[in-house]
Amino acid sequence: MASTHNGATARLMLSPAVVLLLVWMAVPLAMTLWYSLHDYQLLMPRGNEFVGLENYVYFLTDPAFFQSLANTLALVMGVLTITVAGGIGLALLLDRPMYGQGIVRVLVVSPFFVMPTVSALVWKNMFMNPVNGLFAWLAQVFGMRAIDWLAEVPLLSLTIIVAWGWLPFATLILLTALQSLDAEQQEAAKMDGANSFARFVHITLPHLARPIAVVILIQTIFLLSVFAEILVTTNGGPGNQSTNLAYLVYSQALLRFDVGSASAGGVVAVVLANILAIFLMRLVGKNLES
Amino acid sequence: MARASADRHKLLVTVVAWGVALAIFFPILWTVLTSFKTEAAAVAIPPQFLFFDWTTENYAEVWARTDYLHHFTNSVVISLGSSLMGLLVAIPAAWAMAFSPTRGTRGVLMWMLSTKMLPAVGVLVPIYLLCKRAGLLDTRTALVIVLMLSNLPIMVWMLFTYFKEIPRDILEAARMDGATLRYELLYILAPMALPGIASTLLLNVILAWNESFWTLNLTAASTGPLTAFIASFSAPEGLFYAKLSAASTLAIAPIVVLGWLSQKQLVRGLTFGAVK
Repeated sequence: MASTHNGATARLMLSPAVVLLLVWMAVPLAMTLWYSLHDYQLLMPRGNEFVGLENYVYFLTDPAFFQSLANTLALVMGVLTITVAGGIGLALLLDRPMYGQGIVRVLVVSPFFVMPTVSALVWKNMFMNPVNGLFAWLAQVFGMRAIDWLAEVPLLSLTIIVAWGWLPFATLILLTALQSLDAEQQEAAKMDGANSFARFVHITLPHLARPIAVVILIQTIFLLSVFAEILVTTNGGPGNQSTNLAYLVYSQALLRFDVGSASAGGVVAVVLANILAIFLMRLVGKNLES
Repeated sequence: MARASADRHKLLVTVVAWGVALAIFFPILWTVLTSFKTEAAAVAIPPQFLFFDWTTENYAEVWARTDYLHHFTNSVVISLGSSLMGLLVAIPAAWAMAFSPTRGTRGVLMWMLSTKMLPAVGVLVPIYLLCKRAGLLDTRTALVIVLMLSNLPIMVWMLFTYFKEIPRDILEAARMDGATLRYELLYILAPMALPGIASTLLLNVILAWNESFWTLNLTAASTGPLTAFIASFSAPEGLFYAKLSAASTLAIAPIVVLGWLSQKQLVRGLTFGAVK
């Protein structure tokens, strides 16, 4: 092929994508940086003066910032724990011979395709509502007090809702990886008298290490910016109990119209994501080789 | 004996797996069931599982009282539009990197992956203000462009992993036989590249259909795609379980079915080819 596409043609074919992505990344980021150094209120067209790092001081010393940072990490860690542990279990289960495997797979992967606004509203109203929800009914059946999930344990509730959507993703990837596991090796270990637990620890788990790392990387990218689920359930409340970084920046920008401080928050979010990304890319970088 | 025990084992696995699968699927099933209830039956305690008066009035109501079709059209235009436009840019890029790799190719791919790690809130303010200034808030145009750009890295990566698998020997052979470039493209490469392109399109339509950051922030509930339309049900006055369920079922049904068809591509696309 090298003979038909010389270097110049290849560069020409590649450049639109590179230029678009560069612009998409650089221009808005530069604007965010610029706004973050200015006093810019959407509702007050005057002003807009250079204020140095004042917005950062304001954003970083806001108690809401630390809470939202802690919430962001708790949400990411919680969902990762549930989906990875659950995904391994489900993948092992679905990998076994059974009747109706195709249908079972379809049922398990379905939640991934449900849009976040739908899943959040369905969970909020039909499951977690303290009066009409199914959980309240179950609590009543077992003689327990009905919990107002989104008011009493908002972060846990959001973790459950988000984890429900991502569990299929982890399962599907780990299942795909399991299916490429060498059956002969398993058989040989069995012949050597390794029990199923030993086989899991010494053969299956090492084989899954790489796909698990991939699952963690991809999910973290998406989980850092969970937004819609919070918007339609708790609006970040009560107080700031379920506000994550994405929601905090949104509320500064589009609810309080404070462009400067929202931009400072956006920059902080980018920096944090980059720290995580470097860490994660190093972890899985070798696996993503082309 | 061994055979009987293996059968029993298979039966046990089947029962457990079906139980777990139904539990995971239950919220969707429950939404669909509720959409066929009256509002009174929808909130009844104890819940009514199958034995209720089935009705389709919620669908009729959602159809008549809301602009469902308008939002549905918006979702179709935005998800298809952004995916098709993305393909126009991604195909040549992936093609060049797969067939004429240079020393920089790996770097470019990793850089593209890293742009996907840029959190959307980092650029929310400027994108919002740019759209506002350009009069593009509440328009499908803005969302087509923004979603195309935000999914572009995934498209390039996915196409790249497919194109890499097209054997080059076939081309060499065709060229030996005197095939022209046009013939090469139309009759040899296109048929081999099409399945990968179709998979990429499918996955990106699904991702764009469900995208809920930009679609919620750049549109008002009345003009947005289905994600924004459903979000408007979070207001207390919209709180009718049966109608919410009917609207939700209508919003997710087409894409869940498409999703079933795309399981394999999903793994490949979202892991950037790391797991196949």
